[in-house]
Amino acid sequence: MPLLDVDDLTTWFHTRDGVVRAVDGVSFSLDRGETLGIVGESGSGKSVTCYSLMRLIPEPPGRIERGTAMYDGRDLLQMSKQELRKVRGDKISMIFQDPMTSLNPYLRISTQLIEALQTHRDIDKKAALNKAIEALEEVGIPGASKRVFSYPHEFSGGMRQRVMIAMALITEPDLLIADEPTTALDVTVQAQIMDIIKQRQNDLGTAVILVTHDLGVVAGSCDKVLVMYGGREMESGSVEQIFHHPRHPYTRALQKTIPSLQEKGQELFTIPGLPPDVSKPIHGCAFHPRCPYPKIGQPEGERPPLEEIEPGHCWSACGYCDSSAPIETVLAKADVDAVETVEGDA
Amino acid sequence: MLKFIAMRLLQGVLVLLGIYAVTFLLVAATPGSPFSSERAIAPEILAQIEAFYGYDRPLGERFITSLGNFVQGEFGPSAVYANRTVTQIIAESFPVSLTLGSISLGLALLLGVPAGILAAVKRNTWLDYIPMSVSMAGICLPTFVMGPLLALVFGLILQWLPVAGWYGPEFAILPATTLGLYYAAYFARLTRGGMLEMLNQDWVRTARAKGVAESTIIWKHCLKGGLIPAITFLGPALAGIISGSFVVETIFQIPGLGQWFVRAALNRDDFLVLGLTVLFAAMIVLMNLLVDIVQVALNPRLKYD
Amino acid sequence: MTDVPIDAAIAEEELVEGSSLWKDAWARLRKNKLAVGSLFVFVFICLFCFVGPLLSPYDATAQDLFAGAEGPSAEHWFGTDTLGRDLMVRVMEGGRISLLVGLVATVVALAIGVIYGATAGYVGGKVDASMMRFVDLLYALPFTIFVILLMVAFGRSLWLMFVAIGCVEWLSMARIVRSGVLSLKKQEFVEAAVSLGYSHRRIIVRHLIPNVLGPVIVIATLTVPAVMLLEAFLSFLGLGVQPPNASWGVLINEGQTNMEIYPWLLLFPAGFFAVTLFCLNFIGDGLRDALDPKSAKD
Repeated sequence: MPLLDVDDLTTWFHTRDGVVRAVDGVSFSLDRGETLGIVGESGSGKSVTCYSLMRLIPEPPGRIERGTAMYDGRDLLQMSKQELRKVRGDKISMIFQDPMTSLNPYLRISTQLIEALQTHRDIDKKAALNKAIEALEEVGIPGASKRVFSYPHEFSGGMRQRVMIAMALITEPDLLIADEPTTALDVTVQAQIMDIIKQRQNDLGTAVILVTHDLGVVAGSCDKVLVMYGGREMESGSVEQIFHHPRHPYTRALQKTIPSLQEKGQELFTIPGLPPDVSKPIHGCAFHPRCPYPKIGQPEGERPPLEEIEPGHCWSACGYCDSSAPIETVLAKADVDAVETVEGDA
Repeated sequence: MLKFIAMRLLQGVLVLLGIYAVTFLLVAATPGSPFSSERAIAPEILAQIEAFYGYDRPLGERFITSLGNFVQGEFGPSAVYANRTVTQIIAESFPVSLTLGSISLGLALLLGVPAGILAAVKRNTWLDYIPMSVSMAGICLPTFVMGPLLALVFGLILQWLPVAGWYGPEFAILPATTLGLYYAAYFARLTRGGMLEMLNQDWVRTARAKGVAESTIIWKHCLKGGLIPAITFLGPALAGIISGSFVVETIFQIPGLGQWFVRAALNRDDFLVLGLTVLFAAMIVLMNLLVDIVQVALNPRLKYD
Repeated sequence: MTDVPIDAAIAEEELVEGSSLWKDAWARLRKNKLAVGSLFVFVFICLFCFVGPLLSPYDATAQDLFAGAEGPSAEHWFGTDTLGRDLMVRVMEGGRISLLVGLVATVVALAIGVIYGATAGYVGGKVDASMMRFVDLLYALPFTIFVILLMVAFGRSLWLMFVAIGCVEWLSMARIVRSGVLSLKKQEFVEAAVSLGYSHRRIIVRHLIPNVLGPVIVIATLTVPAVMLLEAFLSFLGLGVQPPNASWGVLINEGQTNMEIYPWLLLFPAGFFAVTLFCLNFIGDGLRDALDPKSAKD
């Protein structure tokens, strides 16, 4: 039995300007100790997916419309608030994108670190403090026994994210959800933070859901990948499957955007166009308007079905474009066409 | 921190000095003298009286003398109420005003702050709409409207409470309510705003993700920061309650400082005006100092400097 | 492909942006029933006060001692005061003065606040710091006391009152304008405009004013009731508008002295005063929500 089994998770925001379909039928599963990477552009619904699992969506306007998220035989989405509180911070922990705003500036680090222990364990304050100092040392904060009594503003961004990691893992949870943990940090610090997460994961055997828009990070640290676009699943599979045999045009295009995989001296590739407006219903494939492949007909119907091409490797089987050719050929042809159009205009 | 307090006190003394000077000039600029009255007084006698009070001296000299006396705690004689010194009047009336003011401010805080917290926590429900509409009504019913209305309803129509004088605890109810309700309304709105800002912060989400109970989030995580707007308003609120007391003490005929001040201003009772103005200003300066200290104590990002 | 000069394209875009900001604000304001309702009531009260006296058969100062202190009737809808003056016309005339004071003193406060705040924000640095520290200092002072002393010292003229109240109420205005200017100065599009070589006048007219205008309108709307409150307070103490002229504060004062016997003398002016303040506060809140969606309550 997987640790977490999410099926058809659907979270909509009911705003004054219409229904925003932030997450629209996403499914995945995760075993103990495994790492799942959720990848996508901004607004693809990857963060909302995580918040939905923790039920941290502001309701209203947000609402989890349907789906299940089975954890340890129980559905996270159906739990009462009391049951949920027992899971949060004890079995499942979370770290957030911006360490500058995720720690309470009015409370000492020590208070915030031991809070989860005090909430979930029968532990006296002194023992909790010792554990907190230990936790800080494990994420590499020098002078932890003194600095534990500082306030958040006395730490740098990278240090704060270390504190967040220590805080999330202090109860040794089964699952850590990391929502873009390095996005707000300096590039030099990003790798350190990822290393700490990986190291602590190995120590504790924690499963990790890593949300990121950086495919490079995924390649380096995940077992499985879920590619999201417009609130929907585009493709999922093992890291090898996604990186070596990407099937969906979006996955392929996304891979082309990784700078280190591009030829030196060449102009960096970007996917033209904007992510879809999820406050309007999407017909067929969400990526269709930006798809570089030759299009076949107009997309209709709800969405393409998910098709399993190898064990564990699924894609949203879009039938509206001819995606048989490798993306390089398609892009090369598109370049030639574009040049011709411009010349024709002049 | 001691240095901070010392600096602020010094600053306060300078402010008070400035206030003293401005008030002195304003009083001196007022036409006529405190001693001109409808009754004709022989010019010689008037001159004698003026000499007694020092009014025959040049302005600069008068300023220095009165400031000197002031620093020594000698506020001078009342120019209108013969045989009474300003110090005596203040000693008599201050306890009355202090009682009234404390009850009003206490009432404002005790009603306003919890209402604001409740409204913020239960936002967009009836527990938010009702206290907020009532507080808006409170802000639009200033003391000089609220006072007479309360007196009319509870004093004259229902006859539950006395409407004039200062002879026992029941005499404080209507005036303190009049003064307090207005500021309770402000405190409620400020607290609601402050708490809402805190509740929308990212770190509240972090706390929720840790499994912390909602009540702990409110009391432990949000209250400190959420109260800051209300605490900052304590200074202006005290100033408002002082000027409100001018009206309320007049309406309910309470022998406090406020009534004395209005009478002194209208009667040109120079020394009394000066003494009371500086007293009021000193209270406000002290309150602001207290607010500054509390603010730094609540917000670790601020430092005493 | 048509050849559009880049500058023209930018200008066009700006225009679209500009008009849609105000259009959006208007649309949001219209959705706010409380604000729209308040606006209607406020317009009605203004018409009542400014046009009303022309239609009434009574004169505000005409005494009729035989008809003294009568309750509301078909002849005198709001009743008469102790000197037999028609209360409805007195409330109208009082409203004229109260509203006028509110408007003029707000303009005075606006002028001082905008000049002071814009200077501080534009010059910046130490000048700004000390100018704003001065404002902080003034904030903490018992201003009503000085207004009272000022009114006693220099006679109770209406114009002095405008100035005195304006001098008190400019502080928040200065703060808001200054923070607006300051945040704007830092923004990329102003830097971009500077680097494109646009003139100061153009930057101020096209960028600064439209961006500061919203908050200033809001704070001005909220200053009007604050000013009216101060005027009524002074008039109530007998330091403001002098009888036989009336303002709502004067009428409330007259009403409260006789309220045991003639409660309508208190209730009508107090009611009008409170409703007007209510409307102005709601309009101000509505404008704030409409012009700055981020600061909207939720």
